[in-house]
Amino acid sequence: MADYTEMWRNLGLNLENHAGLLSVLTEGYKNIYLSQKSRPKGMEYFDFVISEVHGLRIKEISDAKQAGRKVVGTFCVYVPEEIVLAADGVCIGLCAGAEVGSGEAEKFIPRNTCALIKAFMGFKLAGLCPYVELTDLIVGETTCDGKKKAYEIFQNITGKVYVMEIPNMKNEESKRLWHSEIVKFKETMEAVARKTITLENLKKGASLVNGKRKALQRLSGLRAADPAPISGLDALLINQVSFYDDPVRFTQMTNRLCDELEERIKKGIGISSKGARRVLISGSPMAIPNWKLHSIIEGSGAVVVGEESCVGERNFRDLLDENFSTVEEGLKRMADRYLEIDCACFTPNDERLENIKSMTKKLHADGVIHYALQFCTPYMMEAYKVEKALGKTPFMRIETDYSMEDVGQLKTRVEAFLEMVK
Amino acid sequence: MRALGIDIGSRYIKGALVEKGEWIDFQRSETTFNPLEKCHEMLNGMPADRVIATGYGRHLLEVHGDIKTITEIKAFARGSRAFFPNCHTIIDIGGQDTKVIALNEKGNVWKFEMNDRCAAGTGKFLEIMAINLGYSLEEFGSKALAAHQEIQLSSMCTVFAESEVVSLTAKGVEREEIAMAIHRAIVCRVASKARRFPLEDEVVFAGGCAYNPCLKALLEQGLGRNIYVASVPEMTGALGAALFAEEEGN
Repeated sequence: MADYTEMWRNLGLNLENHAGLLSVLTEGYKNIYLSQKSRPKGMEYFDFVISEVHGLRIKEISDAKQAGRKVVGTFCVYVPEEIVLAADGVCIGLCAGAEVGSGEAEKFIPRNTCALIKAFMGFKLAGLCPYVELTDLIVGETTCDGKKKAYEIFQNITGKVYVMEIPNMKNEESKRLWHSEIVKFKETMEAVARKTITLENLKKGASLVNGKRKALQRLSGLRAADPAPISGLDALLINQVSFYDDPVRFTQMTNRLCDELEERIKKGIGISSKGARRVLISGSPMAIPNWKLHSIIEGSGAVVVGEESCVGERNFRDLLDENFSTVEEGLKRMADRYLEIDCACFTPNDERLENIKSMTKKLHADGVIHYALQFCTPYMMEAYKVEKALGKTPFMRIETDYSMEDVGQLKTRVEAFLEMVK
Repeated sequence: MRALGIDIGSRYIKGALVEKGEWIDFQRSETTFNPLEKCHEMLNGMPADRVIATGYGRHLLEVHGDIKTITEIKAFARGSRAFFPNCHTIIDIGGQDTKVIALNEKGNVWKFEMNDRCAAGTGKFLEIMAINLGYSLEEFGSKALAAHQEIQLSSMCTVFAESEVVSLTAKGVEREEIAMAIHRAIVCRVASKARRFPLEDEVVFAGGCAYNPCLKALLEQGLGRNIYVASVPEMTGALGAALFAEEEGN
């Protein structure tokens, strides 16, 4: 990796802490990812992306910024990336997947806050996230109480936060509210970028994002094969990378990997032997570099075949209908598309139960592990309904966070679950 | 053929030797800071044709001794059925985790509940509280049963409960009563886990904490049924592992 020290200093990062973070990340990646056997060759690109996560990609975004493009940071799959791209912006999912700066974060928010919220505060406060420093706008959303209130504080700290109101229900009034939120966001984006979003731009943005979704859908479909052509760890990584990589390149590289996976399936090559136990993960998002549960499961000899999660299926399940002929019509389609997402912050949310059942079937999962971040009340609560809906399918719920102190217990629970599934 | 099961817990290492489906020897030693050495002592002391390791430290033997492992959940299921053929539900209060295991008709694990990271309601909690009150772990339960009055402990967190115990002692509350409240708090937590399953047939209390008469009595009260305890409840996991090892050898 080139020397980026100057760039990091200019961004105001805490260089000492940042060096520590990168060395932990590099070491963790080596142990968890590079030690996997029989990986597809196409993963080399993603290995490279990770090795340059705070390097080359930051350089690219800085250059884009120099050229006048605006950088938008997000934390949620409800924020319409199409609009950001239509205004020629760069859309980045911000760092929120590691236990860093929690001491700093706890000066502002309670200890009993979910790890994801604590992490995005911590990354900023400890001076560890170059992405957040590059942003012109940070888009929050009212998906849960913790995030809502944290964004108020985050606004005091950064002065760049804009919050979209996500309704809690999916009735006609909610649809109108959400549609107006999309229109408002488009206007905000135009003001920030000092550009008018034209039909042509919006169509271009829509096609880019749909292209990314289609590549991820393709990847998801290929994981149904037995033996699985790619590990759950690698597929999770690709989903995580989709939030911050250049969308055109990402789509191209993911499709190229999928070509290889198709070849592997034809030849019967997998990352484990045929008949290995297959697990579907369902629940809270796993932001990069949260690889904890996948590495425990796959370290115990099973394979993760899907993520019913925002970093996963929920992000790419629905395409945007690109068949619109005015900007207004496009925004309307967008409002409809985004409100299809089955986040646990909605009530009722029975679509999610149906989606989990259909994924279990489609991916030939032998069991479902429900993953909730501790204090992520919407998902913790919904676990009950998920278990009921799954009937006889083996099911286990796990509540955890980013720390490593419970890895021993988790390993025992996961292994015992796999013994049951066998 | 002789088969050995080794259960490497956070407090004790237990070994069970079986032959033709019957146990012939049990051993127990403290885990200490060097569990691997303790395991090797046990392996040498109870020579066997086949070995399976279980418990929190099972992977230690997998890595260093190329020994097969199963989880304590599976081992407890098998061991409990060996002690009590009609066993349907198993409660284990271990050193650092508490489990409730429900079995199906065949005796296989159907579902299980286990505590998360925290030490509340575990054997470790009991141990810390016994030390705070100046009791040995062995006498803790019987002393608690001698309490005359009932008081409530408001916190189950090891850290907070510790300060609560200090303040109760400072108020002059009898230590038997505090001991009883601690037992009650643990059982309340375990029983609520157990009630998530349909309780049928025999409910077995396994693991070393089953020696504690107060925990047993309170569990019976809390679940409204008889609780069965084996003569050597702490050997349940080791026995289960040994039986699996023997079965694989046949």
